[in-house]
Amino acid sequence: MAKKGVPLSEMATADTHGEDSPYFAGWKAYDEDPYDAASNPSGVIQMGLAENQVSFDLLEDYLEQHPQEFGWGCGISSFRENALFQDYHGLQTFRRAVALFMEQIRGGRTQFDPEHIVLTAGATAANELLSFILADPGDGLLIPTPYYPGFDRDLRWRTGVNIIPVHCNSSNGFQITLRALEDACTGAESMKVRVKGFLLTNPSNPLGVAITRPILEEILDFVSQKDIHLISDEIYSGSVFSSDEFVSMAEIVEARGHEERERVHIVYSLSKDLGLPGYRVGTIYSYNDQVVTTARRMSSFTLVSSQTQKMLASMLSDKEFTKNYLRTNRERLKKRYEFVVERLSNAGIRCLRGNAGLFCWMNLGELLEEPTVEGELSLWNLILHEAKLNISPGSSCHCLEAGWFRVCFANMSQQTLEVALRRMKDFTEKMKEG
Amino acid sequence: MRVIVPLQAVVQGRGGLVLGSLIPCALFYFFQLYIRRDRPSSSASNLPDLAAMPRSLSRGLLSPRGASGPARLSSRGASVARDDDNPDYVGLKRCAEDPYHHSSNPHGLMQLGLAENWLSLDMIRDWLVSNVKEPLLLDEEGELSIHGLATYQPYDGLMDLKMAVAEFMGQVMQGSVSFHPSQIVLTAGATPAVETLSFCLADPGNAFLVPSPYYPGWDRDIKWRTGIELITVPCRSTDNFSISIAALELAYNQAKKRGVKVCAVLVSNPSNPVGNLIDRETLYDLLDFVMEKNIHLISDEVFAGSTYGNDRFVSVAEVLDSENFDRRRVHIIYGLSKDLCVPGFRVGVIYSYNENVLAAASKLARFSSISTPTQCLLISILSNTKFITEYLKVNKERLRDMHALFVDGLKQLGIKCARSGGGFYCWADMSKFIQSYNEKGELKLWDKLLNEAKINMTPGSSCHCIEPGWFRCCFTTLTKQDIPIVMERIHRITESN
Repeated sequence: MAKKGVPLSEMATADTHGEDSPYFAGWKAYDEDPYDAASNPSGVIQMGLAENQVSFDLLEDYLEQHPQEFGWGCGISSFRENALFQDYHGLQTFRRAVALFMEQIRGGRTQFDPEHIVLTAGATAANELLSFILADPGDGLLIPTPYYPGFDRDLRWRTGVNIIPVHCNSSNGFQITLRALEDACTGAESMKVRVKGFLLTNPSNPLGVAITRPILEEILDFVSQKDIHLISDEIYSGSVFSSDEFVSMAEIVEARGHEERERVHIVYSLSKDLGLPGYRVGTIYSYNDQVVTTARRMSSFTLVSSQTQKMLASMLSDKEFTKNYLRTNRERLKKRYEFVVERLSNAGIRCLRGNAGLFCWMNLGELLEEPTVEGELSLWNLILHEAKLNISPGSSCHCLEAGWFRVCFANMSQQTLEVALRRMKDFTEKMKEG
Repeated sequence: MRVIVPLQAVVQGRGGLVLGSLIPCALFYFFQLYIRRDRPSSSASNLPDLAAMPRSLSRGLLSPRGASGPARLSSRGASVARDDDNPDYVGLKRCAEDPYHHSSNPHGLMQLGLAENWLSLDMIRDWLVSNVKEPLLLDEEGELSIHGLATYQPYDGLMDLKMAVAEFMGQVMQGSVSFHPSQIVLTAGATPAVETLSFCLADPGNAFLVPSPYYPGWDRDIKWRTGIELITVPCRSTDNFSISIAALELAYNQAKKRGVKVCAVLVSNPSNPVGNLIDRETLYDLLDFVMEKNIHLISDEVFAGSTYGNDRFVSVAEVLDSENFDRRRVHIIYGLSKDLCVPGFRVGVIYSYNENVLAAASKLARFSSISTPTQCLLISILSNTKFITEYLKVNKERLRDMHALFVDGLKQLGIKCARSGGGFYCWADMSKFIQSYNEKGELKLWDKLLNEAKINMTPGSSCHCIEPGWFRCCFTTLTKQDIPIVMERIHRITESN
């Protein structure tokens, strides 16, 4: 009988890390039996990870042409500076490069001041930092459903902050409505939870849709009226298939002559648009000086490697490269998306009409035994173990309607994608027969 | 050429990390100053615990409405956002504005308040030039591939780097103990390592016992977001600031009386700021103490490879190896910022014998992961054990030389230093030059040193030292030529006092 261990904290022993959900269980199944075209053709295909691998070759070409930026060829006298540099302001050249890149994504329609950029090791850290800064333990953040499952952990775990879902449904394509916002606020009030902010993901994960201008305006009006903060997580902004279909909250703020800007904070990262999640580069762009100062200090817990900053500064400042990259990346994602939707349609599966992101939001409601979470999870399990596809069930994303699933398509080769879609077709046909 | 680098670095505002650590620390310091007006006693702080304040009070004191409008910060955020005119912040700012340069700014401020080791970077640089020609992007077939670098990797670090770091730690401890990669969680620096570990070991309102003087950064790293209290357990110059179990016992009991749950003892070894090493006997005593109280022991050993004295460094890991202690309560903080001189690359280590802690910490590591290309670069450097052995040896020699010169220089001015065996600092007793033997007197001297002599040293009060007049001076950013200049400037102040 093991003797009672030394006590640990609540945080270490509770399961607010949220990693027991299907979202993560599916990943485990993939880890244990990963698909490989040659060595494991019957393994699980990972469609639950929103990673962009479609444009690696563009990055590799860049590297080949500029090897000194990624090695130490030119950096010798600056190696010392770089190795010592741990200033939480971040390398100025890098901040400028990130600001430029963000402007390019928005077609030059907005301006970003490098002095307002705070660097963090990934958007995960950026979101957590904002949660710490804008809310106290027990306070609430409004988040429209369905939302990225990671938020349950990233925004709540160490911060003690609550998520108040703002429920959206398929009747209007899951668009956020004023009614839903008000309902959520009323709900929070009745639970005596103080709402401190609204977190919007634009384009949306898991929906794969860029939020329209009228809704963005409505949201900014709403947060102003409630006197709360607005976090706009725009990490997929460079992955909108058509660049003029994306409207950033920054555009809304600028159009209003910067009124109400003190409450607006934008999160960005290089993990999705640039396909570099391993580099751990995220950023908070805030119009609020106090938030910038505080976030910078708090970023001491999550600094970006100076080597990485230096490495990427030139690449992101290279306008020719970034222009070409963004355009090509968009085209490829669009092509993939259309391919996936068409094949799913042939299999009798409907998807929400999307225009952004690395995934599509598909509806398998017809295949459910019962239109409940249990029914959905049972179907999800079947898909995982029989079709050997890991997709994300809508319930992990807090979707109130059963039967919706997020399918990622950018983290694999075209060949693998075809295999995956064929399996999906075979599976649905079998289900319909059975 | 060498001195131009510090100029550039300082102008870039490199003091950021320390600014970030000293402002909240100084905030607490100021509360001390205004509320108690004398040095805190070992009966621990009666300081208001910001995290535990009742909501109405915290909103009133800590969340003032900004002039710009209503978008308020949380009480946590607001407590940091306020700017303070505390000594350390002022010192760093002044250094950044007016940095010394031997030819272009010979009257500029000399920075002795930042713990960086510039003595041995040339060796690493030289190695890189000769060994790393390709951009580390070749996969097994020698094909250029960004795949392994760019995609998501385990948040708590690549296994290859864990293995390389475990090996490095073994080398640093001179082969006296071996470390297992499976017991390592990697984080972006020792700063998040210590915070993450704290989150795992204690709840808000719990406390750690910390022998003082201690590293000022802990006031931010441990207290800020976790809500954990740090209870100062003063050490005395009479026994060279060694840890006293009796003092720990006293502090523990006093905390208990107040109803505060103590969860761990936190020590640094080699000590920051004193630089002394904890001897084997004291390590045993510490382990007995934490066993008896059923609490944890955190040993911050970031300077383990930067020793220069005659005594051999003994890690708590070594003691655990040889005895039958309950290891699950022991955790080591390490990193590459000090011993490998690469603070910019952000590599910290939580080394724990407790699998529950490792499980929780590896999940928490998602908020502070190390950039993969940097991990790959370091795997390259660390895997060359021959180079590392040579590097560690030469680095120690340089540290020893510089330390000796600095201590000797101070001695000539009648300033004694605590006996030290590792780290980047001298812990200097300037008490005979302060006019009133208290914090105020110490700060007056600090001010003179900064504004008249243009030297930034860290006053002992920032490190919670119970005896006034001690100053922490970092000698590892100086060249031999700088030392006489430093001494001459100090002399200007001491002779007039």
